[in-house]
Amino acid sequence: MNDPMKAPIWVGVLGWAVALVIFMPIFIIAITAFKTEQDAYTLSLFFTPTLQSFHEVFERSHYLAFVTNSVIVSFGSTFLSLAIAIPAAYSLAFFPGPRAQKTLLWMLSTKMMPAVGVLIPIYLLAKSAGLLDSVTGLLIIYTLINLPIAVWMAFTYFNEVPKEILEAARIDGASAWQEMLHLLLPTSLPGLASTALLLVILSWNEAFWSLNLSSSNAAPLTVFIASYSNPEGLFWAKLSAASLLAVAPILCLGWIAQKQLVRGMTFGAVK
Amino acid sequence: MASMTLRDVQKSYDTVEVLRDINLDIADGEFVVFVGPSGCGKSTLLRMIAGLEEITGGELRIGDARMNDVPASKRGIAMVFQSYALYPHMTLYNNMAFGLKIAGKSKEEIDVAVKRAAKILHIDHLLDRKPKALSGGQRQRVAIGRAITREPSVFLFDEPLSNLDAALRVKMRLEFAKLHDDLKTTMIYVTHDQVEAMTLADKIVVLSAGRIEQVGSPHTLYHHPANRFVAGFIGSPKMNFIEGEVASIGADHVKVQLAGGTQLVAVDGSNLKVGDKVTIGIRPEHLAIDASGQIHATVTAQESLGDHAFVYTTYAGAPDGLILRVPDEDEYVHGRVIQLYADPNRCHLFSADGNACPRVKLQAAA
Repeated sequence: MNDPMKAPIWVGVLGWAVALVIFMPIFIIAITAFKTEQDAYTLSLFFTPTLQSFHEVFERSHYLAFVTNSVIVSFGSTFLSLAIAIPAAYSLAFFPGPRAQKTLLWMLSTKMMPAVGVLIPIYLLAKSAGLLDSVTGLLIIYTLINLPIAVWMAFTYFNEVPKEILEAARIDGASAWQEMLHLLLPTSLPGLASTALLLVILSWNEAFWSLNLSSSNAAPLTVFIASYSNPEGLFWAKLSAASLLAVAPILCLGWIAQKQLVRGMTFGAVK
Repeated sequence: MASMTLRDVQKSYDTVEVLRDINLDIADGEFVVFVGPSGCGKSTLLRMIAGLEEITGGELRIGDARMNDVPASKRGIAMVFQSYALYPHMTLYNNMAFGLKIAGKSKEEIDVAVKRAAKILHIDHLLDRKPKALSGGQRQRVAIGRAITREPSVFLFDEPLSNLDAALRVKMRLEFAKLHDDLKTTMIYVTHDQVEAMTLADKIVVLSAGRIEQVGSPHTLYHHPANRFVAGFIGSPKMNFIEGEVASIGADHVKVQLAGGTQLVAVDGSNLKVGDKVTIGIRPEHLAIDASGQIHATVTAQESLGDHAFVYTTYAGAPDGLILRVPDEDEYVHGRVIQLYADPNRCHLFSADGNACPRVKLQAAA
């Protein structure tokens, strides 16, 4: 009863309750997607499942094109963010100048500004650069908005790597590049993997910029979902089917990587 | 193999000077120990030699080449860290092979070098393990092995034994001595443990507050310390210091007035004058209990170590008390007053600024 290693029962109950509340919208979407439009207006759990909505969604829009854009934009921007963030975090963590802390805070502060505040300048910039409704444009925007998070997370994980290991490698004759490749990246891999996963999820979910800067050519899945909410009314079943199709890939990725993700998040806390 | 020269080497962080006027010559194949209390700058000096810290001023040469601006990776040195700094994701084999791989050596060459080092250090049966599966002593060996495989011209050791238990420390200390005998490479070793310094070094460099206090052989430092700091730092238990005033100065001695007596010290006192405040230094093993002794000390405690014992006493002229070494079978009870005699030829004398007067041999007639 008083086993100190065992959490009290109410913690378990609370945990499940919170998990259920968080999961509820996904659950409702998932069952609504298999209902007819008529059934979709009720929350009833008893209905005859049908794939009708999925058929209509596939008929009406080119799902694969949206998925392709989402994949390119989220994985591409994640790759670019990390490519810039890793060297930046390396230098901030291991060769901090007198302004390293301030630089980090400044980076984070850019995330505190509401995006809508810079919508018009960015829209105009994208327009004059010919980057409206282009995958390249979204890639650049996503890379930049995720960069502060990427630098911060990489910095945190690098801080956990003992400095002497890198110094030992330097004395062993390794260049800065070899230090990063052979020591820093392998030793902070769990952390960097969870950073990458978080960046992919953030980019995948990003709706503000994709809705404003893309319409057809570069439109990712967020635009695909939004297209089902139109002036003729909401079609809950089709909207749910589209949403399920949009979240399914990233949900699977999260499921597969959950172990790595948890390990990354607690990296350093448990040695 | 290489000699090393440091000329007016200096180190500052912003406006804080941590090392100054470091002048040192290290001969090829010499075993040099940097010793000093925590925060004296000894590790910083080692890291400057390694190339891990910038040299603010002065010049460092290894062999004939100026090294100030040569990156650590190109200095031809190997370093063993206090924390061992093994690469946690690599097997021992790869830990030791890493430097050679980076240097572009062939697989066969690497294999020979790693196996040879592993054999020297008795870790050849552990090569496919990872560092976390090893004990502290084994990790230490791997760290040394990693240094050996590269056949560096200089080895640097940064407090390599401080994370080991006492018994292992003694064992590894002997292995370091043997390693130096076998490899005959220049080694620089940093420690705050003066026993390690005394037992290992050809040459000891005593540092304090960012300065070199004295450079010399263990024998020189023990018997001819240049100043009060070195005298107090080298030797365990530390040297006794007795405050006094110069009473008279002879050709081969100085007579010092103590609290309730006088003491002759066999030194060249030409720098002193009568009435100067001075400090006599005498090691615990050189204080004897003798009815003719003029130092009347009161026993406070006795510490028995099996083959001998240390008696702790208080004495008016010695703020830190006096310690003497006695045979273990003798017993001195608390509060007993004993008369101590110090052989003038065994005493040191320090002037008010802390510098030692040169020791001489007392002529019989004194």
